[in-house]
Amino acid sequence: MSEPDAAAADSGEHRAAASDRLLARVLRDESARIVAALTAWLGNLDLAEESVAEAIEEAVRDWRLRGVPPNPGGWLTQAARHNALDRLRREKRYREKLAVLADPDPGPRVDPGEPDERLPLLFGCCHPALSPDAQLALTLRAICGLTTSQIARATLSPESTVAQRIVRAKRKIGSAGIPLRIPEGSERAARLDIVLTVVSVMYSEAHLVAGGDAAADRDLAEDAVWLARVIAHALPGEAEALGLLALLLLHRAREGARAVDGELVLLADQDRTQWDRRLISEAQAVLERAAMKRRPGRWQLHAAIAACHSDAPTGGETDWLQVLTLYDMLLAYDRSPIVRLNRAVALAEIDGPRAALEEVDALGDSLAGYHLWHAVRARMLGGVGREDEALAEDLRALELTANHAERRLLEGRIGS
Amino acid sequence: MKYVIMFTSTPELDAAVSPEHAEQVYRRVYEWFGTHSEAITDSGAELQPVTTATTITHSGGAPVVTDGPFSEAKEVIGGFSVIDVADLDAAIEMVKTWPMLELPGNSVEIRPMVVDYSHMEQ
Repeated sequence: MSEPDAAAADSGEHRAAASDRLLARVLRDESARIVAALTAWLGNLDLAEESVAEAIEEAVRDWRLRGVPPNPGGWLTQAARHNALDRLRREKRYREKLAVLADPDPGPRVDPGEPDERLPLLFGCCHPALSPDAQLALTLRAICGLTTSQIARATLSPESTVAQRIVRAKRKIGSAGIPLRIPEGSERAARLDIVLTVVSVMYSEAHLVAGGDAAADRDLAEDAVWLARVIAHALPGEAEALGLLALLLLHRAREGARAVDGELVLLADQDRTQWDRRLISEAQAVLERAAMKRRPGRWQLHAAIAACHSDAPTGGETDWLQVLTLYDMLLAYDRSPIVRLNRAVALAEIDGPRAALEEVDALGDSLAGYHLWHAVRARMLGGVGREDEALAEDLRALELTANHAERRLLEGRIGS
Repeated sequence: MKYVIMFTSTPELDAAVSPEHAEQVYRRVYEWFGTHSEAITDSGAELQPVTTATTITHSGGAPVVTDGPFSEAKEVIGGFSVIDVADLDAAIEMVKTWPMLELPGNSVEIRPMVVDYSHMEQ
């Protein structure tokens, strides 16, 4: 492609991306509310969600060409209701079903003082009786208003797989009697943790698109931050919901410095003047609010660790002892191999690479297929002078990495 | 909603449980049925060991009778009950307290029952 062509293609993409962004914002603001209202009306999540998803597909086609209508929520509600009635009409015993519909009109929107009607739907979508993949796919579609093909691209799954996953999950919610509500008592904290995990996975998926350099047409990271805000706002008493929001805001604040010209930059090497100070101070305020509730948990600790990095003016000035202490506290809530691997990185800064290497080696059984385990191990081996083994580990990490930008980062290190 | 709850165990692990422990758990199973009597619409049945199972299949145009269970799975169903509760969360809440879960290799499967046959009407 000659240069003028490339420039033209760029500007075209830019226009589409801007309009997709607006679509994304409108759709995710409306989607879950309409699914919730329609589910209450029809008494059937499967049908309600299908009808809304269809309306969203119509909206994406129509609005891309003609712009967003003045009352997008009304437009979508009308279209979704029309689709639902259309589907019912094709079924047997249509008249009987029509007769048992609740209020013919989903009714006016709930006033802001009311609890957020999207939350019970979200907690139902994240029921432990659904697989983690299904929880994520259903949340992306029913809560964030993504289309099936957008979810397929974002999660690197074939579209038919995603479609089937969503259909199965919705049918199971209906036929197995999974309630769409926020559980009470001891179940509440456990379910909230699943919900927060889904949101966190949503954020990290945004960075994992294999082979992808540019963003997909929906920015999952932005959707995840949006959803974390919705949850924290709707459940102001939940310290962990605030913790996750703070964590995602801190990650988001570094986005601008994370990649330069499409090349990934490691945290230690990032230009910290590019970090979004506004987001960082918002995150700090959120984290302080969480801490005041005196209900510690893993998301708050993750956020506190991220905040340590944000506080350091340069990578060299990171308070690693504080980071290590927080990781030690985190282990009480989360002993997953990934957390232990990250702790080993902090340990290397305090006790040196030899001590850290021991820790890293102990995780080999569970993380041998994970490229970052090999990359961290390479660094530790390099630190103790075992250069040949370090190179072999870097090459292994490269083999296991599908993401182009991550590959180039590793290639750069191997070449140097 | 109506659910069938199926109690499964792993016979090779059952043998490792001491008779005293088994008896103590059994007593609590009895109490469990008492505690949840309102939700249990059919106490179902406890099954004889899987070694007593006989399976009928169809092969070469005729039914074939064989010794043993239909599947080679290590876990076997030891009994079942029918419960009627508000939703899956209520069923889970109840099943979590099933005393035999503390024994190795034991689990409980919850399956919603088909109760609506209207789609089969003409």
